[in-house]
Amino acid sequence: MATNYSAKDDDGDQQKSRKPDNTAFKQQRLPAWQPILTAGTVLPAFFIIGLIFIPIGIGLFVTSNNIKEFEIDYTGIEPYSPCHSCAMNSTWNTTCTCEVHFQLDQPFEGNVFMYYGLSNFYQNHRRYVKSRDDSQLNGDKASLKDPSKECEPYRMSDGLPIAPCGAIANSLFNDTLILYYIDNGTQFKIPLTKKGIAWWTDKNVKFRNPTGDSNLSTIFKGTAKPVNWPKPVYELDPTDKDNNGFINEDFIVWMRTAALPTFRKLYRLIEKKDVLTPTLQQGNYTLQITYNYPVRSFDGRKRMILSTISWMGGKNPFLGIAYITVGSICFFLGVVLLIIHHKYGSRNTSADIPN
Amino acid sequence: MFRCAVNRWCAGEEKRVDSRTIYVGHHPTPEIEAFLPQNFCDNRIVSSKYTYWNFIPKNLFEQFRRIANFYFLIIFLVQVIVDTPTSPVTSGLPLFFVIIVTAIKQGYEDWLRHKADHSVNKSPVYVVNGGKIVEKQSEKIQVGDIVCVKEDETFPCDLILLSSSREDGTCYVTTASLDGESSQKTYFTVPDTSAFRTEMEVDSLSATIECEQPQPDLYKFVGRIHVFSDKQEPVARSLGPENLLLRGATLKNTDKIYGVAIYTGMETKMALNYQGKSQKRSVVEKSINVFLIVYLCILVSKSLIGTMLKYIWQSDPANDEPWYSSKTGKEKNINQLVKMFIDFLSYMVLFNFIIPVSMYVTVEMQKFLGSYFITWDKDMYDEHLGEGALVNTSDLNEELGQIQYVFTDKTGTLTENNMEFIECCIDGFKYKNFVDSCVVDGISSNDGPCSSICGMAGKEKEELFLRALCLCHTVQVKEEDKVDGLLKQHGGSYTYISSSPDEVALVQGAKTLGFTFQGMENNRMKIQNRETEIEIYELLQILSFDPVRRRMSVIVKENSGRIFLFCKGADSSIFPKVNTGKQEEIRLHVECSAVDGLRTLCVAYKELTQDEYDQISTQLQEAKMALKDRDKKLADVYDKIEIDLHLIGATAVEDKLQEQAAETVEALRSAGMSVWVLTGDKMETAMATCYACRLFHTNMKLLELTTKNIQEFKARNEAKVHELLLELHKVVVQDKKYSSVSQLRSWSTTQEFGLIIDGAALSLIMKPTQDGSTGNYKDLLLQICQRCTAILCCRMAPLQKAQIVKMVKNTKEHPITLAIGDGANDVSMVLEAHVGIGLKGKEGRQAARNSDYAIPKFKHLQKLLLAHGHLYYIRIAHLVQYFFYKNLCFIFPQFLYQFYCGFSQQPLYDATYLTFYNICFTSLPILLYGLLEQHISIEMLKKDPSLYRNIANNALLQWKPFLYWTFLGLFNGLVFFFGAYFLYDNSTLTDNGQVYGNWTFGTIVFTVLVFTVNLKLVLDTQYWTWINHFVIWGSLAFFVIFSFFWGGIIWPFLKQQRMYFVFAQMLTSVSAWLTIILLITVSLMPDVMVKVLSKHPDKGRLQKYLVYNKAADTVSTPRSPVEPLLARSFSIES
Repeated sequence: MATNYSAKDDDGDQQKSRKPDNTAFKQQRLPAWQPILTAGTVLPAFFIIGLIFIPIGIGLFVTSNNIKEFEIDYTGIEPYSPCHSCAMNSTWNTTCTCEVHFQLDQPFEGNVFMYYGLSNFYQNHRRYVKSRDDSQLNGDKASLKDPSKECEPYRMSDGLPIAPCGAIANSLFNDTLILYYIDNGTQFKIPLTKKGIAWWTDKNVKFRNPTGDSNLSTIFKGTAKPVNWPKPVYELDPTDKDNNGFINEDFIVWMRTAALPTFRKLYRLIEKKDVLTPTLQQGNYTLQITYNYPVRSFDGRKRMILSTISWMGGKNPFLGIAYITVGSICFFLGVVLLIIHHKYGSRNTSADIPN
Repeated sequence: MFRCAVNRWCAGEEKRVDSRTIYVGHHPTPEIEAFLPQNFCDNRIVSSKYTYWNFIPKNLFEQFRRIANFYFLIIFLVQVIVDTPTSPVTSGLPLFFVIIVTAIKQGYEDWLRHKADHSVNKSPVYVVNGGKIVEKQSEKIQVGDIVCVKEDETFPCDLILLSSSREDGTCYVTTASLDGESSQKTYFTVPDTSAFRTEMEVDSLSATIECEQPQPDLYKFVGRIHVFSDKQEPVARSLGPENLLLRGATLKNTDKIYGVAIYTGMETKMALNYQGKSQKRSVVEKSINVFLIVYLCILVSKSLIGTMLKYIWQSDPANDEPWYSSKTGKEKNINQLVKMFIDFLSYMVLFNFIIPVSMYVTVEMQKFLGSYFITWDKDMYDEHLGEGALVNTSDLNEELGQIQYVFTDKTGTLTENNMEFIECCIDGFKYKNFVDSCVVDGISSNDGPCSSICGMAGKEKEELFLRALCLCHTVQVKEEDKVDGLLKQHGGSYTYISSSPDEVALVQGAKTLGFTFQGMENNRMKIQNRETEIEIYELLQILSFDPVRRRMSVIVKENSGRIFLFCKGADSSIFPKVNTGKQEEIRLHVECSAVDGLRTLCVAYKELTQDEYDQISTQLQEAKMALKDRDKKLADVYDKIEIDLHLIGATAVEDKLQEQAAETVEALRSAGMSVWVLTGDKMETAMATCYACRLFHTNMKLLELTTKNIQEFKARNEAKVHELLLELHKVVVQDKKYSSVSQLRSWSTTQEFGLIIDGAALSLIMKPTQDGSTGNYKDLLLQICQRCTAILCCRMAPLQKAQIVKMVKNTKEHPITLAIGDGANDVSMVLEAHVGIGLKGKEGRQAARNSDYAIPKFKHLQKLLLAHGHLYYIRIAHLVQYFFYKNLCFIFPQFLYQFYCGFSQQPLYDATYLTFYNICFTSLPILLYGLLEQHISIEMLKKDPSLYRNIANNALLQWKPFLYWTFLGLFNGLVFFFGAYFLYDNSTLTDNGQVYGNWTFGTIVFTVLVFTVNLKLVLDTQYWTWINHFVIWGSLAFFVIFSFFWGGIIWPFLKQQRMYFVFAQMLTSVSAWLTIILLITVSLMPDVMVKVLSKHPDKGRLQKYLVYNKAADTVSTPRSPVEPLLARSFSIES
């Protein structure tokens, strides 16, 4: 509108220069590659995909099959289960121990990983996921004393700020699992390593204790322990001073919320002793459980899983099968296309679409 | 809005008064004792929409009036108020980005307007005050002020021209900025005031002006001036548009003028003309809205399902509130229903991305930027005119690819409107090829009567005829350089300017025959005759041309005192008025010439006695003085004057077809469009043009529905029309039955029909009868029209053109119409049609100004529709579908995830991913696709018009493709989610045994999503310029880099560090890599298959086309008339 008022602009003086530039861009004539998907061009791609995917799938499948995994449910809902009485009676702070015996049919070689698994536990529930304060966990002193609102209702306890606050921390898995190898009636305790179960970045950067004092208990002074915990956060691991406070690895592992309601979390490592003997021999074992964690109220299950690991991670036949299936489908489609191409397309192959 | 308020306020006090009275120079006049100053608004122009203080509220209000913006605002507010899964930032950020960008753009535009307004309002003007010239700011001018304007200045308000520095009381004005006509127009002073030359004199003037209230029509003005001179009766003079200098026009060739302000500020005709054009919406936009509703339904139903399932699931208290995750006190206390509602809203928020803000932004940008390619197209640049195409509305780019009906004007559109005087007929003798006086046209093959009569009329008759041509017109001589009011002869030739090119041709023609019109001075016309003597005629009256009368006359007085009336006009309007002269012969000539496609005019004259003239003069004066119905009264008087004429001859002017007009029409028709020619010209001429541009051809059966035809038919008028319609209908429909096997639009087998209908017949059909049976006629006509391949409507009034367009537009199928025209008479139809195209023609710029697109020549229509329209349609259709698809892919996994997280509205993706998905990761590739894609090259689109039919009827936005895209989106969503789900069967994905959590899960899905969605576009893109490469691969690279960056730092301002090293950790896992590759492959496979299989026939067609094309190139020369037929048969058979 505005231009219309200044009448002189439009007076025809400028008409000479209006010729559009003859550039490739403005004339929509940029040099372009014009691929057209036809049976002819897609065919090789399908065959190649098939040829690549099927071997990968077979590799994955074999690898997955070679992984040894042992899983045992110790929830104790069933009356015959050894942990039944514990399951029925246990509350947060009563200590109840039970033993589960099992047999490994095959020796586990290489490093063996010990997981605990929970079912029907909604770690991914929205209310649960957000109930944490990452700046508190990162050692921020202000947040230590004044945790985020998101932690409600696990924010304050008796007027003191909870450290670590929130539902996730509060519900930290606190069963203790000890594994024994039974050899001719004698129990040999299997050494369990707890270092290296959490992500390096979590342990070293994301989770940090507040600094200031070498003594953690003074740092955490003026804070309350989470309601469900028997001990404060700086006493989580009595055996290792550096595994206390927010940087306790069990705690860090728990704090990484699972994606699905049935999940497993890494509990301990069983490191390979030497080349000759397998890490876990074939034979009888006893799992001694300090049963604290109640799951009965929400129909949950608890499992202990022993697994070896390959380059692709834990045992999961899905990837291998999926790769083989997709590869075969591609190959099959390739054949179908070849037939179509051969039958209908041969007459047209001579002419090419010009650029 | 503000302007309306101003108008209302200004008009408030005088609402009941039909006219306003202005006291020139604010001097009280003797007639009225009490000087009643009326309140008029000041001369301030306000074109800006906002002021400093109302910008923010008003702009926000305007922006949130758009449904989409409002929707996003609601979502945002819900997020702020209710505790929802995603933070308000995720939807707030894009929304505010959009709002702020729009606000800045609009604010800037408004600032420019403010600046323009300011410079206009504050510009100095010179006002006569107390006998002196005083400088004033333009905005201070009041109605009644006498304003002085110098050469090359623009008029600050609407002025009545009081006096001019030119001797003859005229001034020259160009109205280029008002209506685009750059020719100079002459305006006249009021005769009684033209003597006032100095400011003193002007100030002494005592007069009042009565005139009508402001109205927007630029060419209409009625008023009366009363001049009071000392002790005399006041003199009253009529004022017309020729006295009114309009604001915005510029004074030319005149030193200075004095004028009195009568309309100021927002009441000037210019300001009144800036009513916003009604916005046209394209079919694509309508489709988008339909799809939006579908997606809104999906959104709401998803949310409802989620809410319902949540409460079913939560009915088990263990699920509702397990010990590890108890609710806050607040949550517990909320009423159950309120909780449900909040949950519903949370779901809405979680899924709201399914309707993306960015789609609107992208569509707007695509349209806006895309329209530049039309302006930049050098194929649509006309060397002669020095201008290229012009886009007035970028909203309709894609509509150009959907046209089903093309309504074209004839003169100036199909033809050059470059008239050439070809032949004339004087007193029954034919004159052609003016080098010799008479040439027997032996070249002509038809031995009809036309060629046989060629002889010499008497010299006297000849000269009379030529004088008539020289006198009976409104042509002006253009002054190149002016020396003391005398015209400098420029290379022996005069440049004639006229609003009608026919007149120029006639005057030019007369010149080659020896009679040169040399211009006009003081109402005297100078003619140089064959003996190079100057003859001078006094121009007494001009009975100006109007389209209803279709003729004009002049009354001139010879030096000897004899008074002549010369009249020229269309044959149909002259013959009834003629009583002497060789009517039969001339009629024959006229008809012969018309058949050849020439425009004919008849010339007649009569001699008047002084008494007769005096009588006429008073009648005219009376009519001209009328304030009300002046036009009608004038027409009546004209009708009475122009009787008993003596026919002296006829002229034939050739209007050449525009270059490639025929090829263009041919192309448009083979692209499946029906081309209708709507013209005001006579039937024979129009028919000839239609044949010439191959709209009609010899095999075609022509049906006539004309007045002549109706009169030949029996019975009464009403019944006649009906019966004729029925008859024609029978012909068309029955013939249809004979060849029922063949398709409606197939070329060879069916008999083709052409329909000719004229204005009178049309108005009979359109006219509602007493029993209201007009609908029936209309239906019949429409049915006939739909069966005809070519339709010619001749003798159309401008409004009838619009009527026809409207009639076709409102049929059941709601076809998309396009109207193209060049003149003011096409404006109504250009405005009426879905797409209005203006030609930058000779008859001013009105059509171009009111059009959506303006092009220099008719032939450019071919590229505009077939290439640009086609491409834009494909682009936008794909863009829209793709947007819905990519957001369905995006949101569907979120929905599926709800089944595994206790329906708790836990988002699957991190908030940044939610926000940036549509802004950064997937936006640019599709935008650039929308700008650059050429699935078929422009060359091929131009060569093979039938490709246009592939996209007819909004083919790409029908339910079928929409469902295809939707299913593809759902399938991909399923693949993404369940792929990751099965992978997470064991969340140990690395060789160190550590497990991954929910954010890694989401990141895997998201990575697959971003790659799949971008690679889908890779599959769709068929025109890979470096820009596409850059943008697509760049987006993917950006995603990867961004993810590293985003996870690489503990962000101090974030409450949660969810993504810390999640992406990097994910990439350390071989399984995650393999899953991502697998899922992308699986997601894309169906689409590749569909493409390969469906491409097959299409590809074959293209290749056949190529083969044909090679053959055609070698066989036929492109311009030969046989070629189109050949092309046609080729394209049917292939």
